[in-house]
Amino acid sequence: MVLAERENLLAAGHRACPGCGAAIALRQILRALGRDTIVVSATGCVETFTSPYGMSAWEVPWIHSLFENSASVASGVQAALEFLQEKSSVVVISGDGGTFDIGMGAMSGMFERKQNITYICYDNEAYMNTGVQGSSATPYGSSTTTTPAGRASFGKIQHKKDMPAIALAHDVDYVATASIAYPQDLMKKVAKTKEIYGPKYIQVHTPCTIGWGFDSSKTIEIGKLAVETGLVPIYEVEKGKPMVVKKVKNKKPVMEYLKFQNRYRHLLKGEQKDIADQIQAICDKNIERFGI
Amino acid sequence: MSTISVIEGSMAVAQAVKVCRPGVIAAYPISPQTHIVEFLSQFVADNEMDTKYVRVDAEFSAASAVYGSSATGVRSYTASSSQGLLLMSEVLYAMAGTRLPVVLTGVNRTVSAPITIQPDHQDTMALRDTGLIQLHVESSQEAYATHVQAFKLAEDHDILLPVMVCMDGWILTHSFEPVKLEDQEKVDEFLPPFVPKYRLDTKNPLTYGAYADDEVPEFRLMMHFAQDRAKEKIKKIAREYEAKFGDYFGGLIDTYRCDDAEIIMVAMGSVIGTLKDAVDKLRKENIKVGVLKVRSYRPFPGEEILSAVKGAKMVAVLDKSLSVGQGGPLATDVKAAFASKQAPPVLGCIAGMGGRDMSMTLIREIIEKSQKAIATGETPDTEYIALKRQYLE
Repeated sequence: MVLAERENLLAAGHRACPGCGAAIALRQILRALGRDTIVVSATGCVETFTSPYGMSAWEVPWIHSLFENSASVASGVQAALEFLQEKSSVVVISGDGGTFDIGMGAMSGMFERKQNITYICYDNEAYMNTGVQGSSATPYGSSTTTTPAGRASFGKIQHKKDMPAIALAHDVDYVATASIAYPQDLMKKVAKTKEIYGPKYIQVHTPCTIGWGFDSSKTIEIGKLAVETGLVPIYEVEKGKPMVVKKVKNKKPVMEYLKFQNRYRHLLKGEQKDIADQIQAICDKNIERFGI
Repeated sequence: MSTISVIEGSMAVAQAVKVCRPGVIAAYPISPQTHIVEFLSQFVADNEMDTKYVRVDAEFSAASAVYGSSATGVRSYTASSSQGLLLMSEVLYAMAGTRLPVVLTGVNRTVSAPITIQPDHQDTMALRDTGLIQLHVESSQEAYATHVQAFKLAEDHDILLPVMVCMDGWILTHSFEPVKLEDQEKVDEFLPPFVPKYRLDTKNPLTYGAYADDEVPEFRLMMHFAQDRAKEKIKKIAREYEAKFGDYFGGLIDTYRCDDAEIIMVAMGSVIGTLKDAVDKLRKENIKVGVLKVRSYRPFPGEEILSAVKGAKMVAVLDKSLSVGQGGPLATDVKAAFASKQAPPVLGCIAGMGGRDMSMTLIREIIEKSQKAIATGETPDTEYIALKRQYLE
């Protein structure tokens, strides 16, 4: 694959935590997009750690205004570029809170208008910027500060919202999931969006050392395990073509993934052990459904 | 050659926006703003405007889309009312803070609950502190002129703030009046293309909407300074408009028969026309009254108001909204502007909320209350005009 940009378009010295999955995602995404890109972000980790006033890490034009409107701001940017007859790529990079929850209406509106915008969600599966509160991207059984495990709680009761399916229901031109653990795959998918006119959605699984509770040297390893267990399916759907799924030869039991993370610590022993079995069932269902 | 047409106030706004040539319009329908965006949609559909119309999923997205398009260096417009303006409010704060010169029409309608689509100023009052410049208009013709002036004001590099042109829903938007429509070429001379100071541009990558910890007070204060500068600009642009098109509706304020007036009624919006008629009638009865129109609510022209009313015995301020727990917001601002200065007493009058008709009887009530206050030397803080007592029981 030929990358659009050899240099790192996210300058060093930003304020992400060591081992931050979202920061890794940004570097990979920007390499594939190149310099002729305008990025719109929602409020969240990326916004906070990349944009301290006077010390922006962005080497491409970047705009943030609020939490719930990145898709709508991007719609305006895209409309303005059309008016000016300029052709830069317009790309949203927002977190799961800004995508699955508070910004979903705006994103749905943008998809429905069929605007030429790529929406990339970096999915760290909770509100990390504000201190690890549960979002609708938080997976079943995961403990967060607002879905805490306790004597009468096994963590989040609800399953993760299937946002790619919601994107697909809008008949968008391209939907893909990816993981920072597979950079070639992620960058290939991001690069592909530049060739497709219309709305595109990519959801990137970005492990969070603080929120998930694992050692900051293990980010890629954790990301890999999420895929190898079948819990996070990696696939792409290009309009008019069959779904392409990343196959996993030697699937690992989900416990291999759960046991490294404090957010699942409560499931490792005792009476909540059966919740871990239910998470395994989610993996098994994914493996069957997607043909992983 | 300009043409005079008998058109709806909404059409007057749409025609004004059309000759201002915005590159992007984003809007979401809400009564009574709807006709404006319908007319604009039709202009775009008929290729009468070279504009990208972004049909959005909510007012929140409408404001957000013009936020994005303005930041990309393109003249941008939106309009809303009531709940829609409130839904936009979070974006409007950010828009002003990011110094994006969007022009929007605030079609005044009250705010729920109870729900009604009747006009008053409760909605735009809630946006008072956003940083938006707020101009209130009296007639469809003034709405036309003020939209053209608003783009020039907003985009001035000394200002760079969003400008909201406020007009009473239904009373103005849905009334037919003769309106003088100006030639495109003349408007182009008055309002040249938008030259952004900064914009999103891949050739010069800049960061918009940075995270700031230490700089907040200064950023907010710089908006305040820009509003201060806008005071002179609003007056100057109004005079430039007069020189170009022959129409003048006031600068920050306008006055009617105030010179020798003992009672001066201060108000905003469409009620001004009614008040002028009332003044003419009352003058025939030898009651010395005048009207002061507050055209610019933000920036607030406290000094200009004081200087125009200082010879009066009573200033009756009409508020079409109520800051619950305080009183009329316009009256509160007037009182603050007069505090510790040689100034006439101020009688706050809450009237016309929820679209309650501003009739001659009601205006007489205001004058009688003012006369009573002058006679007794005791001015009540706030009077509630034409209340239907049965609902209070």
